[in-house]
Amino acid sequence: MRLAQDLTEGLRVSWGALRANRLRSGLTMLGVIIGVITVTLMGAAIVGLNRAFLSSISSLGTDVLYVQKFPWFERLDWSQVRNRRDLTLRDARSIARLSTLARAVAPQAITLRPVAYGSRSATGVQICGGGADTALVGGLSITSGRFLSPYEIDGARPVCVIGAALAEKFFPRESPLGHRLRIAGQQYEIVGVLDRIGEFLGIVNFDNRVIVPVTRYFTDIERWPNIDILVKVADMSQMDETIEELRGIVRRLRRIPPGQPDDFAINRQELFLKSFRKLSAMIATAGFCITGLSLFVGGIGIMNVMFVSVAERTREIGIRKAVGARRRTILTQFLIEAALISLAGGAVAIGLALPIVLVMRQWFPASISPPVAALALGISALTGILSGLLPAWRAGSQNTVDALRHE
Amino acid sequence: MITLRQVSKVYPMGAENVHALRQIDLEISRGEYVAIMGPSGSGKSTLMNLLGCLDTPTSGVFELNGVNVGELDDNQLADIRNREIGFVFQTFNLLPRSNSLHNVELPLIYAGVPAIERRQIALDTLAGVGLADRASHRPNELSGGQRQRVAVARALVNRPSILLADEPTGNLDSKTGQEIMALFDELWRQGNTLIVVTHEESIARHARRILRLLDGRIASDESLDPAGPP
Ligand SMILES: Nc1ncnc2c1ncn2[C@@H]1O[C@H](COP(=O)(O)OP(=O)(O)O)[C@@H](O)[C@H]1O
Ligand SMILES: [Mg+2]
Repeated sequence: MRLAQDLTEGLRVSWGALRANRLRSGLTMLGVIIGVITVTLMGAAIVGLNRAFLSSISSLGTDVLYVQKFPWFERLDWSQVRNRRDLTLRDARSIARLSTLARAVAPQAITLRPVAYGSRSATGVQICGGGADTALVGGLSITSGRFLSPYEIDGARPVCVIGAALAEKFFPRESPLGHRLRIAGQQYEIVGVLDRIGEFLGIVNFDNRVIVPVTRYFTDIERWPNIDILVKVADMSQMDETIEELRGIVRRLRRIPPGQPDDFAINRQELFLKSFRKLSAMIATAGFCITGLSLFVGGIGIMNVMFVSVAERTREIGIRKAVGARRRTILTQFLIEAALISLAGGAVAIGLALPIVLVMRQWFPASISPPVAALALGISALTGILSGLLPAWRAGSQNTVDALRHE
Repeated sequence: MITLRQVSKVYPMGAENVHALRQIDLEISRGEYVAIMGPSGSGKSTLMNLLGCLDTPTSGVFELNGVNVGELDDNQLADIRNREIGFVFQTFNLLPRSNSLHNVELPLIYAGVPAIERRQIALDTLAGVGLADRASHRPNELSGGQRQRVAVARALVNRPSILLADEPTGNLDSKTGQEIMALFDELWRQGNTLIVVTHEESIARHARRILRLLDGRIASDESLDPAGPP
């Protein structure tokens, strides 16, 4: 095979040429290295972001519908916003009673408050008013103790279930069960501890929370009686039917005449996911355009050096052509040289990007996956080949006699 | 095997044209030993470059082994150079960073000969020019005569039908030059076709036929005594 010969000889020659000009090759590589590092970091950040988001979102569950005052993704005008009625606990109970397609219904109201135990206190804790089915709907499981009981919800008892982070903070050595937390001036007895869930994009810590009976929540913690109603769908394949049924129930409860628009919204994770994907694609495009620029500069550097290399080796080209090298052979040789510089730069860049990503991880969920690394290498090889094309073409097309005469 | 009919080569130089060769008619048969002589600028190198398929004529027909070279494309010319032509230059034209062995292997690489076979052929050919022990030396570690031997080995390695040498002794002292010519004589006796450009009478005397060029034309074409010196 001629091509195989061209490739091996090309590799051998290129390697020799690169070694003979170590400093020059190294400096040229620097351009590629910087370019590939930025591209790799960008890719690592996006992959990390996506992964973190997806794992967070899946912990929230895609089979849960949110009956809320406002839609997540639609813009409303002020008149609509102003006229919306609150969703109440009564609505939640009615939905639970009337819906045939819902598996479970849970009210939810959330706020941030400081929490204290004895002399210790924590600020910014998520206080969540929930119902007996909140654990089922939210996919929560219990490490120790139990979840809130229907009796405690109906009786608005001062009890609570706490997240793993809070349990660790207040009770590093003993069981939290039976102790009392102070929230908004009231004492709540701890009846259960939740399994660890983790963070959401490093912003929200789901383990730093307290769940109290929603009935109690509206007497002690928050006066404004607006809630979200979380509905777990019994059968994912009947998602659309469930949404329609819910709409019907809420419209009936609110006595909205036919033809009038809803004054509430039924939100789903899936839409969240969709718009997140759109956003992350936008970030990725913009990011790669910007980082691509630095790669482009690196490519120009390679092109420059390849032109110099071709000029320096004019005579060598002449000799090779005189003994039977085809134009394509010479072209291949210089393309390999350009690709080699670029690939080596890419490999070094990945080597450098790895520790940077590890450092980045402290603030940001970045990760270099094999596909990202492969992409970076592919991009650098492509950069090399593209920037080597013109110089290599010039090398291959040289007139043999003139090249031989070149000093 | 070589036929030139009305071959001209014109180099455009700005407004003027340089007529390096003017309507050359020439026949050279297999097994001939030809010297081309003439003053500087008379067109010797231009003629050799045409014969070596490094260049193509501006007009006229050049047939090599029955093939009209003027009609070949770039790749076909490269293949002809690789298979049919061995070229020895005044300035050796070896790859400076490669050792003798690799320099000699080069035509075989482009011919697609597998590595192991290639190495053996190249070593044998190096041994044939008396450089078996210089295979791993680079050109700058060799004397002028040895470099030219490497170049001769490279020219021979593909068993070409013609060996062309453009002033092969031009950069050598007269003793080393005579050694190279002795090598050429030996190659001719083995059946190779040789064409050697020189402006030294003593070198030309090795050949059996002497062409003299003047101003791009063949001024004389003389056959020497077949018994011949030396
Ligand atoms: N590439 C070229 N471009 C322009 N003129 C050339 C070129 N090569 C040779 N010539 C001209 O053609 C003529 C013959 O040159 P050449 O064949 O090299 O002569 P010789 O080898 O006999 O000294 C000279 O006048 C030379 O200047
Ligand atoms: Mg000359």
